[in-house]
Amino acid sequence: MSSTAALPTRTDLPVYDSARRGWRVAEEARALWSYRALVYELVIRDIKVRYKRSVLGIFWTMLAPLLNMIALTLVFSALLRQQIENYPVYFLTGSLFWAFFAQTTSSAALQTQDSNETAKRIYVPRSVFVASAVGVGLVNLGLSLVPLLVLVVATGFPIYATWLFLPVSILIATAFAAGVSLLLFTFASRFSDVREMYLVLVQTWFFLTPIVYHPSIVPPRYRFALWANPMYYLVQTFRKPIYDGVLPSPGLLAASTAFAVVVLATGWNYFCRRVDSFAYRT
Amino acid sequence: MTAIRLENVSVRYRIPRERIKTLKEYAIRHFTKRVVYDDFEALREVNLEIEPGETVGIVGRNGAGKSTLLRLIARILRPTEGRVVVVGKTAPLLELGLGLHGELTGRENVLLQGALLGFTRAEMKRRLDRIVAFAELEEFIDAPMRTYSTGMAARLAFSVATDVDPDILLVDEALAVGDERFQLKCHDRMEAFRRAGKTVLLVSHALAQVRQNCRRAVWIHGGRVARDGDVHEVTEAYHLWSVETALAAAAATGGGA
Repeated sequence: MSSTAALPTRTDLPVYDSARRGWRVAEEARALWSYRALVYELVIRDIKVRYKRSVLGIFWTMLAPLLNMIALTLVFSALLRQQIENYPVYFLTGSLFWAFFAQTTSSAALQTQDSNETAKRIYVPRSVFVASAVGVGLVNLGLSLVPLLVLVVATGFPIYATWLFLPVSILIATAFAAGVSLLLFTFASRFSDVREMYLVLVQTWFFLTPIVYHPSIVPPRYRFALWANPMYYLVQTFRKPIYDGVLPSPGLLAASTAFAVVVLATGWNYFCRRVDSFAYRT
Repeated sequence: MTAIRLENVSVRYRIPRERIKTLKEYAIRHFTKRVVYDDFEALREVNLEIEPGETVGIVGRNGAGKSTLLRLIARILRPTEGRVVVVGKTAPLLELGLGLHGELTGRENVLLQGALLGFTRAEMKRRLDRIVAFAELEEFIDAPMRTYSTGMAARLAFSVATDVDPDILLVDEALAVGDERFQLKCHDRMEAFRRAGKTVLLVSHALAQVRQNCRRAVWIHGGRVARDGDVHEVTEAYHLWSVETALAAAAATGGGA
């Protein structure tokens, strides 16, 4: 003890004690918050790296959904012969939203490898990697709203005041995407085929959700499939303010919020309970 | 107050006897009840106390558990059994290439590395000039990292890790970076660390390096602390043992031939 007396005693030092365990769900949340700078850096890195060596750069993000939309509009308006007024706006709104969800969740599943390499060598709360996947998705969603706006203006479609509701629908969608991402990340760190399986699943899910078609074309006896699909409520919550110029009904809003909250809570809880075991897998 | 304390620490990795990597395979095995695990004890009942200001060398052959020990202290891994207490901020001397991205510039990489170490962007920007100066990379800092040599990348990583001013520095065989002059600078910085009352843990195969930097050494063998004490005694014992085992192995293969 004499040696400690010789040194200036510092009481402000952080103490890590493996035996003292708090409530994990709160512990991980605190850790994530204190590493928010890393989330920011990872998002920046991802975006910079993606566009640094491409000629079109950031415009590609905006151009890609537009080209995609043109192709699909041609195909589906001919094929389905639907009576959807201003189909390009209808479709693009849905598909941007879907792209956000699909991109975010599958990149979270993909993050597992990369994050293992990092988290094996330095302490970093693993939720940082999921958060950065969500962050990248949000940036891309924000960028893809530009071509949507261009399309709306170009086709003479009105810009409703209900666009102002978008932050709320995006928040709900983010919570849902984050929840699914956490679940996928946890599964994918255990099994390497989860990502491939999910990519197939997400493809099917896309067609089960009214993105290219209108929900009214679903025959009544198959409606339950829509009602059981959380993405149905989420996409409607996102699309209504842009396409219909109305706020989502309280029932719709309640359904999408409920799905988002439940999935996020389940994902976060599951992730936090498994987070210690990640380091044991090499 | 002790800087690092390990009480009866064991780390057991559970390894499936046949590596089951996919969910499909797992599901099949699960139903047929054929998932068999082996326990691999990377560390067994390790007790260790390190006081603030000590520079301790960790030696031992590959797979002895040195890196697992470092991971426990860096709180990357939680012990299967026992207790780890660490007082103060730890920073690992990042291994080569961790988190460094070739497409990003040196400057962008420094900010990213800082964030990995838990710092904010503003804090890192304040430190940036000093880090770059120490790494002697002023002219290249805005060039993409892919144009750097291995030595340059290592210098940058070292500068970041030692500039962030941790209370405990964890070094995993990363000191052999750059040319001789830079090695000397690294040595000076470790020395300054020690004088400032900081704790340094140095895992290395280079016994000369351990002797040069540490007064105390711990020899880990088979997941246990084989020896702990004066650096010369411990490294000497380890060296002797290594030579003997090598000779025995040579004799065995020589006899077989």
